[in-house]
Amino acid sequence: MATATDTIEALAQRDYEYGFVTDVEQDTAPPGLSEEIIEFISAKKNEPRWLLDWRLDAYRGWLKMVEPDWANVRYEPVDYQSICYYAAPKSDDDRPKSLDEIDPEILATYEKLGIPLKEQEMLAGVAVDAVFDSVSVATTFREKLSELGVIFCSFSEAVQDHPELVRKYLGTVVPRRDNFFAALNSAVFSDGSFVYIPKGVRCPMELSTYFRINAMNTGQFERTLIIADEGSYVSYLEGCTAPMRDENQLHAAVVELVAHEDARIKYSTVQNWYPGDKQGVGGIYNFVTKRGLCEGRRSKISWTQVETGSAVTWKYPSCILKGDDSVGEFYSVAVSNNRQQADTGTKMIHVGKRTSSTIVSKGISAGEGQNTYRGSVRILRSAEDARNFSQCDSMLIGDRCGAHTFPYIDVANPSAQMEHEASTSKIGEDQIFYCNQRGIETEDAVSMIVNGFCKEVFRELPMEFAVEAQKLLEVSLEGSVG
Amino acid sequence: MLRVSGLHARVEEQEILRGVNLEVRAGEVHAVMGPNGSGKSTLAQVLAGREDYEVTAGSIELDGEDLQEMAPEERAHAGLFLAFQYPVEIPGVGNSYFLKAAVNATRKARGEQELDAMDFLQLLRQRAKLVDVDEALLRRPVNEGFSGGEKKRNEILQMAVLEPRLAVLDETDSGLDIDALKTVAAGVNALRNGDRAFVVITHYQRLLNYIVPDHVHVLQGGRIVRSGGSELAHELEEKGYAGLNGDSAGA
Repeated sequence: MATATDTIEALAQRDYEYGFVTDVEQDTAPPGLSEEIIEFISAKKNEPRWLLDWRLDAYRGWLKMVEPDWANVRYEPVDYQSICYYAAPKSDDDRPKSLDEIDPEILATYEKLGIPLKEQEMLAGVAVDAVFDSVSVATTFREKLSELGVIFCSFSEAVQDHPELVRKYLGTVVPRRDNFFAALNSAVFSDGSFVYIPKGVRCPMELSTYFRINAMNTGQFERTLIIADEGSYVSYLEGCTAPMRDENQLHAAVVELVAHEDARIKYSTVQNWYPGDKQGVGGIYNFVTKRGLCEGRRSKISWTQVETGSAVTWKYPSCILKGDDSVGEFYSVAVSNNRQQADTGTKMIHVGKRTSSTIVSKGISAGEGQNTYRGSVRILRSAEDARNFSQCDSMLIGDRCGAHTFPYIDVANPSAQMEHEASTSKIGEDQIFYCNQRGIETEDAVSMIVNGFCKEVFRELPMEFAVEAQKLLEVSLEGSVG
Repeated sequence: MLRVSGLHARVEEQEILRGVNLEVRAGEVHAVMGPNGSGKSTLAQVLAGREDYEVTAGSIELDGEDLQEMAPEERAHAGLFLAFQYPVEIPGVGNSYFLKAAVNATRKARGEQELDAMDFLQLLRQRAKLVDVDEALLRRPVNEGFSGGEKKRNEILQMAVLEPRLAVLDETDSGLDIDALKTVAAGVNALRNGDRAFVVITHYQRLLNYIVPDHVHVLQGGRIVRSGGSELAHELEEKGYAGLNGDSAGA
């Protein structure tokens, strides 16, 4: 330990010497994972001792864990010692100077999605003044929110400014040693978002990471914590439809939600990380742990996700329905085209009385994509009169792709009411021919049919997001037929 | 308007059409009748350009243009409409949304300005009234959960909205009770005019009591074996296809 401490001290010295600005520009930890690296990260972030201990405990737990292999996905093993676990935001010198330096294929996609030029530059990480515009937008928003007592800031800021809240809730929904990827995240998480909605406040706007420029650099181990106090409401949007440039292959995020009595949290995700090329080379591995705790009576947590990106997706946004009469919802559209693989679904754990959950999952496979729905519904003995409705539909486009469904149901209370519906359909030649005969081209026919298939999920998304998601689906499935 | 000459077509190695000749002029209604397996539906599918059907000889021209050179949607843009025997369900896609996409795809292909939501709605309502379709049907997903009669009426509505040059009705009467049959026929009659032609494919004469054709053709063994006026349909009704066979021996 002495060496580690020395290193940190030495580094801390140096930081101080060069001042804050240079510090940000020069700091990158060497590749590899060790207690020293974790101490370094924690020190860089000026974290309190308890948080460092928390990280270290997660790390020690992680060392004893084995990477899960039960998911229906295949990928090259990740070399955890070759990853850099701390990289400061890139300086302008390292960024692309203009959109001319960006992969034309990404630009073409921006174009198709109708993203304004300034935002394209922002998303592509171009060093431009546009950044300052959005910072000021963010600041305006934040002022408005703070009048209501809403806290919406980066996770690192929350650790500095609201340590009592972070300490109280961090790891209460996803324990630091919950699973392999969550433990890894807990040890090395980079940054993320923190939201607190005080009692009785209805957050007046959709909270979106999109507007927070510092979220652009949260890195591969994002950590989000959202707390809705009694009787409050918040709608949170994560991600954006445009493909984001990222050089990190592994993404292991953790999201924790806590809803107190009568509180409601609506969490919507559009995930469009780079899926790799047509052969599946270079895509992102997205291994995410998302879980919400309906702590109080009549609380409600609703997950809506549209997953079109990443080479491999491993993700099961879940709800623990602890409060009596609490409600959990999961609406999902997952697309796997070309060589993409998605193993995604949800867990609904019914603890309280009269708890109810709804699961609507739409999986779309095209090209050689493999799409798996994996869902678990558990009704504990205490959950008197619990109800669940599950609907899992799969759609196949072409004959080289696959759809798989693994529903797990575990009922320990006989008063439970369970409904499960599942279907698999193939976009029929006759559906396409029917559209063609009415004058609609095949590509438009496919996107129309697919959008119809996903309608129940899209209508859960906030308005603008829904429109974007539809467009995104079109772009993702381009060329998948004919 | 439509000229089919010496048309041969096959499905999976089996020859179904063996030299069909048919000429349809603007303003005319032609009925194509025939027993099961005579090639009626194949003719409809070949006209619309279904991929599984291979044309091995002969030609199809619509307004002097070679249809075989055109993809199914291009044939639609050129004014060909097929009312399906088994209309296809498209879950989650609203009927009026679907029709708007169809109308605008066609207008775009023809270099016309696309209709905005308000103009389209106006057109749709007016057409729905013309063919007596309840507006509630417009809000439901395309054919999903429709009764047999509703599906056929929906086809007629689509035809009314798309205003084709040539409409091919493939056994539109099958599975309809008499009331539904009358409604469908009334819809078709409302759309008859001097610029538009119809090819009505049917097994039974019944429909032709309500849609009175100018010409009737009997398709048998992949060929048109007899043609005549609307009286031919009544003759068929009396004698059946077998009886006609005897008569037409050597024809």
